[in-house]
Amino acid sequence: MKPVLEVKDLVAHFYTRRGVVRAVDGVSFTIHEGETVGVVGESGSGKTVCQLSYLRLLPEPPLRILGGSALLEGGLDLLKASPNQLRSIRGNRVSMIFQEPMTSLNPYLTVGTQLCEPLQIHGLLSRKDAAIQATAALERVGIADASAALKRYPHEFSGGMRQRVMIAMALTTKPKLLIADEPTTALDVTVQAQILQLLRDLQKETGMAILFITHDLGVIASIAHRVVVMYAGRVMERGTVDEVFYQTQHPYTQALLRSTPRLDVDQGKLSSIPGSPPDLTRLGDGCPFYGRCAYQRDACVRVYPPLRLTPTQHAAYCHLEGLPR
Amino acid sequence: MGLGYLLKRLAIMVPVFFLVVTMVFFMIRFAPGGPFDGEKAVSPEILRNLNEKYHLNDPLLVQFGNYLKDLVRGDLGPSFKYANRTVNELIADSLPVSLELGVTALIWALLIGLVAGGLASMKPNTVWDYVPMSFSILGICLPTFVIGPLLVLVFGIWLEWLPVAGWDAPEDRILPSLTLGFAYAAFISRLTRGGLMEIRSQDFIRTARAKGLSEARILIVHSLRGGLLPVVSYLGPALAGIISGALVTETIFNIPGLGRFFIQSAVNRDYTVVMGTALLYFTLIFVCNFFVDIMYALLDPRVKYE
Ligand SMILES: Nc1ncnc2c1ncn2[C@@H]1O[C@H](COP(=O)(O)OP(=O)(O)OP(=O)(O)O)[C@@H](O)[C@H]1O
Ligand SMILES: [Mg+2]
Repeated sequence: MKPVLEVKDLVAHFYTRRGVVRAVDGVSFTIHEGETVGVVGESGSGKTVCQLSYLRLLPEPPLRILGGSALLEGGLDLLKASPNQLRSIRGNRVSMIFQEPMTSLNPYLTVGTQLCEPLQIHGLLSRKDAAIQATAALERVGIADASAALKRYPHEFSGGMRQRVMIAMALTTKPKLLIADEPTTALDVTVQAQILQLLRDLQKETGMAILFITHDLGVIASIAHRVVVMYAGRVMERGTVDEVFYQTQHPYTQALLRSTPRLDVDQGKLSSIPGSPPDLTRLGDGCPFYGRCAYQRDACVRVYPPLRLTPTQHAAYCHLEGLPR
Repeated sequence: MGLGYLLKRLAIMVPVFFLVVTMVFFMIRFAPGGPFDGEKAVSPEILRNLNEKYHLNDPLLVQFGNYLKDLVRGDLGPSFKYANRTVNELIADSLPVSLELGVTALIWALLIGLVAGGLASMKPNTVWDYVPMSFSILGICLPTFVIGPLLVLVFGIWLEWLPVAGWDAPEDRILPSLTLGFAYAAFISRLTRGGLMEIRSQDFIRTARAKGLSEARILIVHSLRGGLLPVVSYLGPALAGIISGALVTETIFNIPGLGRFFIQSAVNRDYTVVMGTALLYFTLIFVCNFFVDIMYALLDPRVKYE
């Protein structure tokens, strides 16, 4: 399988009056054609900022990208790309769906105008053909009476419908990579299940790669092939879903799993992770999970944990050799 | 926004207008003094005749009834102070002048305000922001009777580029309309800057960027409509302010507009002129706000007038 996007050692910090917020601090992951990679982590762990930073969608300043690379298939590094190159890629080869369905559509423009935009501005279709394509896209995501929906404004749709519109909009250009930032978090459970099914179906049809961000491990289990576990702007663990869920290597992943209700195994008592994430302006040299970790030792405060890699590329950053179960 | 709503808005105007007529009529009548008090040379005999001629001796309610009857026909009555002139004539002479001054001032205000505010919003916290915004503080703080003479001093007297007063040549329009429009330009520039910056921080602008749109398209297609709504809703009060505030400017530059009648007639108890100008101002302001509301609804699809 060809990699669609390879992010390596990405470092992106916010320079604020409060200090330097180390929101993304050396993140690496790869996503291949046709696969779904889940990104999990507690709120504030840098899942969103990480994706927005290499897509260059955050204002710089306050953000500063201090290092790393983000290579697309074909070798273009997004971190070195010109504004024109970035524009021709965004919404075309790489599309993004955002966390906030209620506010991510422009309230002053009809759904049709917004839906046709990517096709038109990337020079893929004329206005008329774009409208036909847009109708088809809306039908595909399960919006009844699509041609009437094109003439309506976002406020006339419910949250679930708006997220469908967002998905339709992201998919009109047949992207190689879809970045879905918690597309279902704001929606109720039945709608959530429908949207996940929709994404799975669309992936089968088009072979696109999906980077799926969530803090819901249940969703990851149902949709992803591989997982990246993030904490305090860093990757803690990375591997296939089975590896990460059943051969967990990192205490943070273990704690996350223990705090999530599961149907397939008997977990005993559910426990939330004690303590709270560290202040990203005051990270020390050691492991950011130190202090909340059940297995902490002296080295954890002083030295950043080494990368432990299995032959299958299951990776974890931890001083511990073999996590007690 | 349905036609029904528009008709309803217009229909509401009738009772409101009647209320205004009634209030102004009785307020000015209950004010002490009368139209002919100031004229020392007038003998009691002539005064009686004058009062007779203008029906000022009739019971007040009868006078009010007669005024309403004339008003329905569009007749605002004779002026008491300007002999042989009707209020309709006075308005016909001076309204075009005031309207021209007001509209020119508004154009200045929009032109300067939108450009300065737009620039400032694109490069916040740079010279492009600080310079126009400092000027706008000045514009908001300095009253017309300071700005006017200041402009006259600089452009009329020192530089001798523009005439200092009058209302004949086209270049006569520049200084008065700038004087009148400056404060509004200042305020509009702040509204524009704030509105555009507010819009640009919205999630949907990030969506637009993620779609690969150019900055120009993001500004024109995605930001202007929402970003300029504050300016649009300010246009109603701005027009009202410009129309009624023209008085000072008209005095500074000696312009034969409506403003001077408004003040003089109140002082002179020139009842019909007071009534005429007050009703005219009311109508202008009402109509302006009416159009602003329509514009607002056209720009923002979420606004529904019922
Ligand atoms: N503009 C900004 N300036 C300073 N800090 C920021 C800014 N935007 C985000 N951050 C910080 O960066 C960190 C990562 O935020 P991010 O939104 O990526 O978290 P997340 O993992 O997506 O969380 P959630 O699950 O709540 O969406 C947070 O600590 C946040 O406070
Ligand atoms: Mg997020």
